[in-house]
Amino acid sequence: MLLDIKNLQASVENKQILKGINLQVNPGEVHAIMGPNGSGKSSLASVLTGRQNYEVTGGEVSFDGRDLLDMSPEDRAREGLFLAFQYPIEIPGVSNINFLRTALNEIRAYHNEPPIEAKEFLKLTREKQKLVEFDAKLTNRSLNEGFSGGEKKRNEIFQLAMLNPKLSILDETDSGLDIDALRIVSNGVNKLRSDKNAFIVITHYQRLLEYIVPDFVHVLYDGKIVKSGTKELALELEEKGYDWIKEPVTTASV
Amino acid sequence: MITTTSLYDQLTSLYKEKRNDTESAWLSNLREDAFKAFTRNGFPTTKQEDWRFTNIAPFLKEDFLLHPGEASLHSSKKAGSIPQFDAHEIVLKNGMLNEDVTIPGISISPLRTALKDERFKSYLSKHIPLNAQPMAALNTAMFEHGIVIEADKNIIADKPIHVTYIYNAAEPVFVQPRLLIIANKSSKLQVVESLLIMGESPIFINSVTECYVAENAQADHYVLQVTPPNVRWVNFNQTIQSADSLYNNYTYTLPGGLLFRNNIHLDLNGTNTESHLYGLYLTGPGQLTDNHTCVNHLNPNCFSNELYKGVLMRDSRAVFNGKIFVQQDAQKTNAFQQNNNMLLSNNAIIDSKPQLEIFADDVKCSHGSTVGNFNDEALFYLKARGIGDVAARNLLVNAFAFDVTNKIQVPAVQEYVEKIITQKMAEAYD
Repeated sequence: MLLDIKNLQASVENKQILKGINLQVNPGEVHAIMGPNGSGKSSLASVLTGRQNYEVTGGEVSFDGRDLLDMSPEDRAREGLFLAFQYPIEIPGVSNINFLRTALNEIRAYHNEPPIEAKEFLKLTREKQKLVEFDAKLTNRSLNEGFSGGEKKRNEIFQLAMLNPKLSILDETDSGLDIDALRIVSNGVNKLRSDKNAFIVITHYQRLLEYIVPDFVHVLYDGKIVKSGTKELALELEEKGYDWIKEPVTTASV
Repeated sequence: MITTTSLYDQLTSLYKEKRNDTESAWLSNLREDAFKAFTRNGFPTTKQEDWRFTNIAPFLKEDFLLHPGEASLHSSKKAGSIPQFDAHEIVLKNGMLNEDVTIPGISISPLRTALKDERFKSYLSKHIPLNAQPMAALNTAMFEHGIVIEADKNIIADKPIHVTYIYNAAEPVFVQPRLLIIANKSSKLQVVESLLIMGESPIFINSVTECYVAENAQADHYVLQVTPPNVRWVNFNQTIQSADSLYNNYTYTLPGGLLFRNNIHLDLNGTNTESHLYGLYLTGPGQLTDNHTCVNHLNPNCFSNELYKGVLMRDSRAVFNGKIFVQQDAQKTNAFQQNNNMLLSNNAIIDSKPQLEIFADDVKCSHGSTVGNFNDEALFYLKARGIGDVAARNLLVNAFAFDVTNKIQVPAVQEYVEKIITQKMAEAYD
């Protein structure tokens, strides 16, 4: 098993956000996590990647056999966890390419590998750019500076391709994308899918799942996974909305 | 105990001893005026507004030698401290030029030789406000060595001129280098100043650089303050621009010496000039870097732009004081000034004072000052890609400094500065 989340609970500023999440992800699988706004989807991504301000109050997470919650954010990334950010930040003055080389070399150093050769890096960059249809001109620009929303999301997928993680969490990567960008992003992910890696796709809209077809769909509501199923569940959600999911939970919690 | 008075006494008696020198009358008179200007108030104290945040007194308490011994310098130690820098190298050992340097169209001569020529009367200390600047006055009264770099008219220098000051600090020394740069009409030159210190005793540098940029001429002037901890440096830089000229000043102060005080004065003496002042200061444990700049718009249609950025670590301090004067005649002035700071420690202090005084009524001016910290969201983004804390901070500091470092027009110098930033930052994080 690649990821094993057991009864994960977390809070922000003493407000309980995750109230006991259980989820298992195996290599080769794509899991979709859906749910209404404020249900805890992005919080789950934040807790897994180690964002500050989130306090884990209970439960455990093992990642490839190691205690994930015990690791620093950078070590989680070096172990093969990747988050495609919902809102990728602009960092003027840090070039995309320098950033990627630094990241790649830091990950290699962690695994006691030598820095990547310039030639090899260039080759890898070209290859992955092509794979995810990322404009070469953007590679030499400052990180995300002045990028459109779609370009930022595509840059996330380009980084994913470059770093080749074991588990990728896509946090609402589809939000605000037009259909062309959505297709490019999805194609990128589909090309990168293999039986060795896994994806957790967090989304608000069923539309994305037409492009990235999940093996499992989970519905997150009020900090818990309230329903799990196959891709048909997503269609049902699209049709009925989230209200029918909310009902039983609210009743049960009374 | 040795006190500041002793250095003061030492300097004044040395001055009197030297009065019967063979210098020309105009120079002796200038020195006399400068000496009076210095002795009127002595060394600056924190009671003076311009020195309120910078107390140099503790740094003057050494038993300084006023003549560093030349023999003790390793002759093998050459310049070239900047890798892959293709420049005309000029090495000043303890302030002295020992070898002839031949550059087509550009003359390099020892100041003492040059000053025998009456012509320099109209340059030397002609625009320095000696009464208000005791340290520059002291240098003027007592400087011994230094050089003149003069570009003939219409000469475009083929490569930058790199002036390396090598000083022997085997014992505490107080030195007063002097540089005069003259870019004659329609000439263009780049001067890069850097420092190499041998020995670990305190060295107090009181330097003065004057730069004349004549009509339609262009001068780029880099001062790279990459120094070991035993350096204390007070620097006065006076630039005078004539019509249609361009002047760029790059003053980069990296962690090392305990005290830096840069005074960058710019007089815009002609119309249609362009000037850029770029400053970067990174301060490490126990250090103080003080930049006082003064841009004086005296004529119409001039453009000046100033960008100073600082990164303060540990218990370091920095001062930024930027004055812009727009005099009554200086209509259609465009003058901009910006000072941004990153404080990376709760114990770091910045005193930032942007100051605009406008006496003309048709001008465009702005100034601003900001203080901030690392952007946590940016740090997390970098870490989430596997980049460790130190490397992530380095990337962000380099990014912050980028606006200033990318203005460097000599690639080798830019690479050098960026490399030193990365090196020095890693050593100084909390």
